[in-house]
Amino acid sequence: MTEIIQKVKNLSIGFKSKKGEEILILRNISTNIKKGETVGIVGESGSGKSTLALAMMGYVKHGLYTIGGECEFNSSNLLKMKNRDLEKIRGRKIAMIPQNAGQALTPNLKIGYQIDEALQLHSDLKEEEREQKISELLNKVRLPSPETIALRYPHELSGGQQQRVAVAMALAGTPDLLLLDEPTTGLDVTTQAHVLELLNFIAKDTGTSMVYVSHDLGAIAQVSDRIIVMYSGEIVLEGPSRDILKKPIHPYTYGLLKSIPKLSLAGLPQSMPGSQPQPGTMHRGCSFFDRCDFSEEKCKSNSPQLEYLEELNTSVRCFNHKSLMNDSQVNQTVNKIKTSLQDKEILNISEVSISYAKQNLLDQVLNRISDDNPTVKDININIKKGETIALVGESGSGKSTILKSIAGLLRTKGGVIKFDQKRNLSSDLKERDPNDLRIIQLIFQNPDESLNPNHTVEEIIAQPLKLYFGLKGEELKKNIKELLQKVRLGEFYMSRYPRQLSGGEKQRVAVARAFAAKPDIILCDEVTSALDVSVQAAVLNLLQQLKEDFGTTYIFVSHDLAVVRAISDRVAVLYQGRLCEVGPSKDVYQFPSHPYTEVLLGAVLEPDPDIKPKLVAEDIVEEKPPQKGCSFQGRCSRILGDICKNEIPPWQITNSGNSIRCHIPLKELQKDQIN
Amino acid sequence: MKLDNIYQEEKKSNFAKVSEIIITMASRPSGFIGLSILIFHVILAFISPYIAPYDFKAINPTLMLQAPSAEYWFGTDDLGRDVFTRTILGGRTALTITFFGSLIALLWGGLLGIFCGLVGGKTDDIVMRIVDAFLSIPWILAMLLIVSLLGTSTEVLIPALGFFYGKGIVRVARAATHDVIAKDFIVSARARGHSNFSIIWNEIIPNVRDAILVEGAMRWSWMLLGFSSLSFLGFGVSPPTPDWGLMISNARGLMSFAYWSVIAPIVGLSSLIIGINLTADAFAKALGIDRSTKAPV
Repeated sequence: MTEIIQKVKNLSIGFKSKKGEEILILRNISTNIKKGETVGIVGESGSGKSTLALAMMGYVKHGLYTIGGECEFNSSNLLKMKNRDLEKIRGRKIAMIPQNAGQALTPNLKIGYQIDEALQLHSDLKEEEREQKISELLNKVRLPSPETIALRYPHELSGGQQQRVAVAMALAGTPDLLLLDEPTTGLDVTTQAHVLELLNFIAKDTGTSMVYVSHDLGAIAQVSDRIIVMYSGEIVLEGPSRDILKKPIHPYTYGLLKSIPKLSLAGLPQSMPGSQPQPGTMHRGCSFFDRCDFSEEKCKSNSPQLEYLEELNTSVRCFNHKSLMNDSQVNQTVNKIKTSLQDKEILNISEVSISYAKQNLLDQVLNRISDDNPTVKDININIKKGETIALVGESGSGKSTILKSIAGLLRTKGGVIKFDQKRNLSSDLKERDPNDLRIIQLIFQNPDESLNPNHTVEEIIAQPLKLYFGLKGEELKKNIKELLQKVRLGEFYMSRYPRQLSGGEKQRVAVARAFAAKPDIILCDEVTSALDVSVQAAVLNLLQQLKEDFGTTYIFVSHDLAVVRAISDRVAVLYQGRLCEVGPSKDVYQFPSHPYTEVLLGAVLEPDPDIKPKLVAEDIVEEKPPQKGCSFQGRCSRILGDICKNEIPPWQITNSGNSIRCHIPLKELQKDQIN
Repeated sequence: MKLDNIYQEEKKSNFAKVSEIIITMASRPSGFIGLSILIFHVILAFISPYIAPYDFKAINPTLMLQAPSAEYWFGTDDLGRDVFTRTILGGRTALTITFFGSLIALLWGGLLGIFCGLVGGKTDDIVMRIVDAFLSIPWILAMLLIVSLLGTSTEVLIPALGFFYGKGIVRVARAATHDVIAKDFIVSARARGHSNFSIIWNEIIPNVRDAILVEGAMRWSWMLLGFSSLSFLGFGVSPPTPDWGLMISNARGLMSFAYWSVIAPIVGLSSLIIGINLTADAFAKALGIDRSTKAPV
């Protein structure tokens, strides 16, 4: 266990800016990867974690170059090696699993052929042996019926299956070191839990060392023995995973852990102020100085060195780690959300169904949609004024589809959406009058896409103000400034372009634009999933604050159950476009619950090595909702029999007002789930 | 992470933006050469009437097919006219007509493409099939038809060339719009209830402008070649106005013994086309829409 297989020594990587300055992406990194251990590298986007992982393979991205230091593998420096020699190591000794396996697999070659190719390159097996090896590998990554999978094309597999194939390909060369770059980001929660479990198994089974790069402390906690925390190109904390997650002795890690919403705690976590400095803008002192709660005068001018603490087997880059050591149990405090719930219902969604089916000619002429098994069906939700309701489900559950229909971007097949209990909202955007458009505003997942890159912040926020209120000149400027103030951005942001803002700042601009219309309802589509953890909490807190100030109603779509738990009053769980469970969030997160909710809750990854995900159901991906019966019948582990397959389950209502749509009696649901 | 993020520059004036683009273009050797050639030709077109040493239409039978000399730098042609005078004047018409032709092509092609990309559906299908049908007609035949029916005046040539070279721009503009249209800021503008015109003007054009401008610059050089071909065939500029296409056509029979009378206009025409092409390439690179070189990080 003590043999070191990769040694990174004083590694600095950077690039030359247009002005000729040398700008560092990685600053003096030294670490060792031992045989058989799994090391998690965690950090925000831009912290240099991927650059470090790629350097461990001897790869430096185009435009970057090695400024100093080395990456030693088998006592040879990978960064100085010729490409021809590197080819012998890559794949055979060090293999990489990319983030998006769907894009890493060649779309027009069969899975079996692609694995065979990897085997030809990276092993000495003969042709007959290779065939056997392919099914062996596919078996190892637990793909069902390897023989048929090998004959399929990548697009015929689900995201989780593609990721498994990528793992199988990486294992083809029996590597000593496996680099994983965000391998589960972008997968559904349940799939993610399954893939992580598989990786854990492979690490134990083959004794391969793994370097696991992720921004997600939850995922890192499940797989790694040791954690490296990176911040603006430096290692700030390195040590055994349990110690780091339970007793972080660096203020950044401490703050990070405090800002992650947890299932067990309702309410909004505290946010970390500010954002990571851009490369090249670092001043002389500690790079975390601006955001640190524990900073002192000396941190401003002196940069702390990485200090090795023998008793904890941990390295830390902080002057004040001793004071944190005594008192570093992460005591997460949350701001309990105030509910400004009123009795008045603001939006009634009744019997809504939405279909993506293509209309045939007759339907087009008659202007109707005929589809007896639509993507979204039977949606009945009444939303009260001032409420935050969350729609939760995996990808394909129809949560964004419903949101689009409320906004009028997607025509419904049937059903009524009623505003303020009197006005019907047309399902066609063009038929809605401007006021109906104003009352509902959207905030999107990715602020990079939702803000026009060629508009300044001022122009972006001015748009709804001009459109709905016809503001001009000084009054317009005044309103923009007020809005920016409300989202806690300074006036000087007005002349900036989105590309000059950080992710969190961009999302604040998007929030300001939504509030500019003075809407009654704001639809939030995964608003925090593109943001870094430390920024996520800040945006959630801002949204909550604005809601309290304006009495806005939020419809919040998310796949992240912990975030939903933190912000919502009520939760609706969706599977295959059908509602499974609707209820106050504290009840949905408790038993009894729908079997699907149970699956989702079980798969949530907490940044705690002691809380393991419970894998209840298989992570199969269903293409289409079933024609009849319960929508979850295909994956349910507690299926009763024919009744689930033929009859649509009834709504059962618990004492606390939680509605569950299941054939299993409530008592039974309560009883079984406790274990 | 984009490298641009590092320097948080403030909003620039349009003039500063344009001059920065030109400086970036000139910082590459190919861009510098292209720009120099283009600027040289443009300046020449403006000043040539004042610096031309002889009268371009003065026929002098005694000076027929003189080889280049100190007096007649590029020699004389079969009618005894000075080739140097005719060469430096020969680009003016071509440059003017194709410049305005390209502007028209950009305008109608770009706007129609953006509109089709935004609206989509049946309107898009129908318009694009019509554009496809026009694309399948050999342009030179169609041009000859138009020119022989309506004459070779500038008022005919500019819109006719503009129309035929705009068809390709429709496709490019439509494709560029498709890239933008799926982005959430368009969805957001739609959900707010902005009109199609407002979406095109505020949201789409700033994002597709660069791609369309580059395409327009490329079209310019093709149009120049096309126009010279028309002149070569006798359907462009009418004699005795000097024009490269026409000069090449007149002198090509004499190539074996009076090479000078054909080489000068060939050099003029091809250098201008190369100049425009290099400039368009450098322009694309300066705007960062060249796909062959990616951003470093």
